[in-house]
This record gives sequence, C-alpha cells and structure tokens, in this order.
Amino acid sequence: MADKNQRQELKKIKKYNLKKYREYNKQMRKKRVPESEYLTKMKNPDNIIEFDNLQSYFYTDVGTVKSVDGVTFDIPRGKTIGVVGESGCGKSVTSLSVMRLLQGPQGQIAGGEIRFNQQSTGRALNLAKVSMKEMEKIRGNEISMIFQEPMTTLNPVFTIGDQLCECISLHNPEMSKKAVEERALETLKMVGIVRDGILKNYPHELSGGMRQRVVIAMALACDPQLVIADEPTTALDVTIQAQILDLLRDLKDKINASIMLITHDLGVVAEMADYVVVMYAGRIVEQGTADDIFHHPAHPYTIGLMKSRPMLNQKVDRLYSIPGNVPNPVNLPEYCYFKNRCDSCVEACSGPYPSLVSLSDTHKVSCHLHQGEAAHKKQTGGKQNA
Amino acid sequence: MPNEYVVEVNDLKKYFPIKSGILQRTTGHVRAVDGVSFRIQKGHTFGLVGESGCGKTTIGRSILRLTDPTSGEVKISGVDIGKLKKKELRPFRPKMQMIFQDPFSSLDPRMPVGEIIGEAVKEHNLVSRSEYKEYILKVMKDCGLRPYYIDRYPHEFSGGQRQRICIARALALNPDFIVCDEPVSALDVSIQAQIINLMKDLQEQRQLTYLFISHDLSVVEHISDVIGVMYLGSMVETGTKDDIFKEPLHPYTKALFSAVPVADPDIKMKRIILEGDIPSPSNPPKGCKFHTRCSQCMAKCKEEVPVPKDMGNGHIVSCHLYD
Repeated sequence: MADKNQRQELKKIKKYNLKKYREYNKQMRKKRVPESEYLTKMKNPDNIIEFDNLQSYFYTDVGTVKSVDGVTFDIPRGKTIGVVGESGCGKSVTSLSVMRLLQGPQGQIAGGEIRFNQQSTGRALNLAKVSMKEMEKIRGNEISMIFQEPMTTLNPVFTIGDQLCECISLHNPEMSKKAVEERALETLKMVGIVRDGILKNYPHELSGGMRQRVVIAMALACDPQLVIADEPTTALDVTIQAQILDLLRDLKDKINASIMLITHDLGVVAEMADYVVVMYAGRIVEQGTADDIFHHPAHPYTIGLMKSRPMLNQKVDRLYSIPGNVPNPVNLPEYCYFKNRCDSCVEACSGPYPSLVSLSDTHKVSCHLHQGEAAHKKQTGGKQNA
Repeated sequence: MPNEYVVEVNDLKKYFPIKSGILQRTTGHVRAVDGVSFRIQKGHTFGLVGESGCGKTTIGRSILRLTDPTSGEVKISGVDIGKLKKKELRPFRPKMQMIFQDPFSSLDPRMPVGEIIGEAVKEHNLVSRSEYKEYILKVMKDCGLRPYYIDRYPHEFSGGQRQRICIARALALNPDFIVCDEPVSALDVSIQAQIINLMKDLQEQRQLTYLFISHDLSVVEHISDVIGVMYLGSMVETGTKDDIFKEPLHPYTKALFSAVPVADPDIKMKRIILEGDIPSPSNPPKGCKFHTRCSQCMAKCKEEVPVPKDMGNGHIVSCHLYD
C-alpha cells in the first residue's frame, strides 16, 4: 500500500517537473524579450546588485530542492561582500543565478528579482528575466566570475593567450588582434605575471597559483563592475592563498569593482569582506558588516561556526561542534531549519520559520531568540521618535 | 615509560624516477622526500605541515611501506620494517593504519559498512567468528556510528559520517599508530570539529599515536603535540607545539604562519608574503632549498646546505641564521 502511494507521489513529481521544464524551454526559446519585462528600478542607486527574494529551485525526480529560498541582500559599489556557509547551503547557486548559469531546465530561477545597475547604459535590469542574448553581453564583461579550481576552469588544449584574447575580443569586436594581445598582456601584468611567451604557454605549464592568477586576469580583462569569486583560494596553499588575497584586495581598489566573495573559510572573509552574509540551507540566517558578524554574532549557527574553527594561538581543549548534519534539502520543515542542531532552542522555535529582523541599521538576523529584542527596540525607538 | 618511541624515522629518502624517451631511460629523480628524520612518542601526535608537493603524503606512505623508500630507516615499535619481507610484514600491518583524505573515494561503494570495517579483522583473524559481529558493533559505537548502519552502503552517508567509517575501519584492527593524511580537509567546518574531537577522544581512550598530515595550520596546532614543518622534501623545523607556534625560528615557518587568515576583521596581521612558487623537487635549488624565496637570504645560503641544529628542548631548525 505504502509502495503504491510512493509510486503515485513520484509520478506526481514527474508530471509537475515536466510542466516546469516546458515553461522553461519556452522562455529560453524566446528570441526577443520586450524591455518592459526586465527593466526595473534600483532601490538604491549606489548598489550594483540587489537580490530581492531570490528563489532558485532544482526540480529533481525526488522533489523540488529549494537551493536558494528567498534571499535578499545588496552589493554596494566598490565593496566586498562575503557569503559564508557550509557546502550545500546555496551560496554557489546564488552566484550562478546572477550569471544565469544554472543548469536548466532542472535548475531555474523560480521567483524574485536580481536587479543589476548597468553603468554603461544607465539602466537597471532584472537579470532573472533578461534574454540570453542580453545576458551574453553582460556575462564576462560587466559581471565576471572566478571559479574554485583553476585547472578545470582553464581549457587544457588552448594556450593562455587563446583563452584570454577570446574573452577580450568577444566583448570588444572592434579591437584589432594586436590591440587585443596588448590588452591581454596588460591584464596579466596587473595580476603579477610578467614573463616572456606567457601567451603561448598551456595551462599545465603553470603552477596552481599562476593558473589562478590567469583565471583572475580573465575575469578582469573587460573591466567588470562586479567580480564573483567562488571559493577562489580553496584549492591553493596558504602561502599562495595569501598572495592571491593580497592581489584581489589591491585590484579592487585599482579597478573600483565590487567583489562577491563566496567561501566557507571565516578567516578569509574576515580579511577581505566589508559585509558578510551567512547562509544556511538556502536562506540567510544573519547578515551585517564584518564587525557585526565577527564581534557580535547573534545567530546560534554563526556562533557555532566561529567556535568550531580552531584558531591559531588560542588554546581550547575541545572544539565546539555543531551536532548533526545539514537537513535534507527536499521537504524542508516548516520550523526553523537549524532547530534540530541548535543548542539554545526556545518554545517559539517549533513555530513558523523566523523572519529576518534588524538588530541595528546593518545587522539583521533570522532567529526567534532575537525576535523579542527587535520588537522591543522598535517600541522604544518609536517612543523616542514620538 | 615516558620515552618510548613508537615511530622512528632516520634519514628517510624517497626518489621517484623520471623516465623519458622511447627507451624509458631514467633521466632524473623527483626528490619527494630527501633525508627526513623524526621520532614520535607513544600516545603523542606528530603534526606534519607544509605546502602541497613538499612530500608530506610520501612520508606517510613510506612509513607504512605502501611505497618502498629509496633509502633510510623506519622503525615501528623498534622493528625496522624497511627490511622485512612481504610475509614478515603482514603481522605488523594491523599495528599501523591509515586514514585517507577523501572519504568519498577511499570507501568501496559496493561494500556495506559492516564489511568495510570488518574485512581486515577477518583477514587477520583478530576475533573469533562468534564474537565478530559484536566486535564490529562496538567499534562502530566507539566512532559514533549507529548499529543499524551496519548494512548500509557508503553512498547513503554524508561526508562526516563516511570519515567516521574510515576511522572505524582503521580502529577495528586495534592499531598502535595511525597515519592521518589530511583527514578533515574534505569536510565542512562544523563537521571538521566533530571529527577532530572524535580523534582526540579515541587517542585518549586507546593511547593511539598519530602522524597527522595537514596543510591547515590551525587544525594541526589544535591536535598536535610535536610539529614538523616541511619544505621541498626536507624538514626545516621540528619542535613542540608551543615552541613552534610561539617562537618560530625558520623564515619559512614564520611566513607560513603569517599567511593564515585570522577570523577577526580588526587583526590585520603583518604578512610576510612569499614571492613565487615552490621550486620543482626534480631540480631543487643549490644550498638551502628555501633561499630562492627567503627574505633573509645570505650569500652562504646559496652554497651550503644548512645542518639541523638543536636550539634546546628538542627544537630543531635547519637554517644558517642560527649558526
């Protein structure tokens, strides 16, 4: 009997998925999307990207995986945002949604807006809705990405020159071949590679750190406004990591771009980021300035993450460990996703998922422990105003 | 006995031949491990740190004779295992075990957990058949695995659970000495802490000796008693944890520690940034191997190989600065 029910359930999922796939394919096939569909307005013109309730779902055979479920945050111009979380918490999917690189038709942006402040035209675009053709102009040009593994990012059968020049000439078709090559050498110089014949080298002839520099050069070749760095140093050694982080910090000042830094290493975030977003199971649990998050962490998950990491020159006998595992992304519960692993649960935790409340102008947290506190602040704040 | 050394390594060398041409002649050697010596006391953890490609893993594998060392001596509980024949080595195998880096590729996907843990137990006839199942369940319990996992397959587990299975597999043989080759680097931060705590607990219960190989300095500091820093196949500095972390002497150790990012936005450490990359081990620089990247390089460093010097309390450093 149970078996039959299960089969019926699976059938239902399949049918639902097919419907979603068809919708997606129809959308993709559209050559021209009228401007009115994707033109929006930025909430704050100083922001370069505004995520507004972004939902990216994967329609799989066992059910819908809500990888990113209602994520809202801004990336101000010229600042670095660090996105932290464990694997599978949706940080990479968030970045892939911006680039519109989700593996369709299974992976789709199901709802919400990603507003992008396009400087060259002065328009605000909703990246979740723009046509693929429009996206191709933006991708690699105004928003570019640095991936985790430099070896898999670079194509082993093309030279560094081929790969770097392709990116430049694609976005600047009017440039001559010689000018493109000069530009390529210039960007390589910017990331600290000065070496004769580098353009004729193949990726395997370079070391890991050099390869990552080439990948960074590729990302910077077209003067992007936003660079998304998805675990840029995870595959590298500490000494090389220090080199690359230093390089990224210098470059950010030089080209006046914003960086969205995705990592699981809290140390890297503390070094680099101005603002920090902590994600858990597809949702933001806490966000704020680096100072807020590192000195006044409010969410039990953030506190746990900090404590579970051994620190240099700090002696502890036993590491704090967050019990249990990340919940199954299919069929997430109604209540707070962290409830089963949390050691400071209160009664309200069995209730609905806590909403994001502000602790200060910059610091927001989604936890029942702080719901009352925020409400109290609002009241007293209101009184003061009155 | 406080001074009982479970592992003694003397002047261990492992060269890998480079073959080229049609005839596959040996044209050179990659000096993965080039004369390394250290000792580990019973119940202690020796942390081995260094960049990738410096020969950490090769040391681990040579100690267990998973690869035959080119020269040098490895003594485990006083027996030189390098000289043993394959058959003679067999009874020693249960005494030394290894935990691998990647729990996703080191477990056979077609074996249930019970069999993975018990395979070697059966092979070495450690327990009688009637006690076998009970024994496996006890080992699983010690490692924080539930009894009903025994018939499940590795793909049903998360990364942390798999690493527990790997630890249980090593522990089932009742070893004295375990080589842990980056056991936590493939895991998430919150899971890392669970595994590190488990390993520490087990060490206390069973008086285990660990060789802990990692590139993550903060993890090594947390778990180790004695630390060895490697660079390009040689040990540049060894000493107790406090000596190494409070007073690093070798310029490479200093640079390595200053490169670790600290999870505090107010602390902007004075970085010593190493220029360039690690040189190729097939053609290491003359003299001190580190002189190409060293900020305090002297003329002598380019010519003479530094000799290890004891700076007191077993703190040994190989650098001309301390001549």
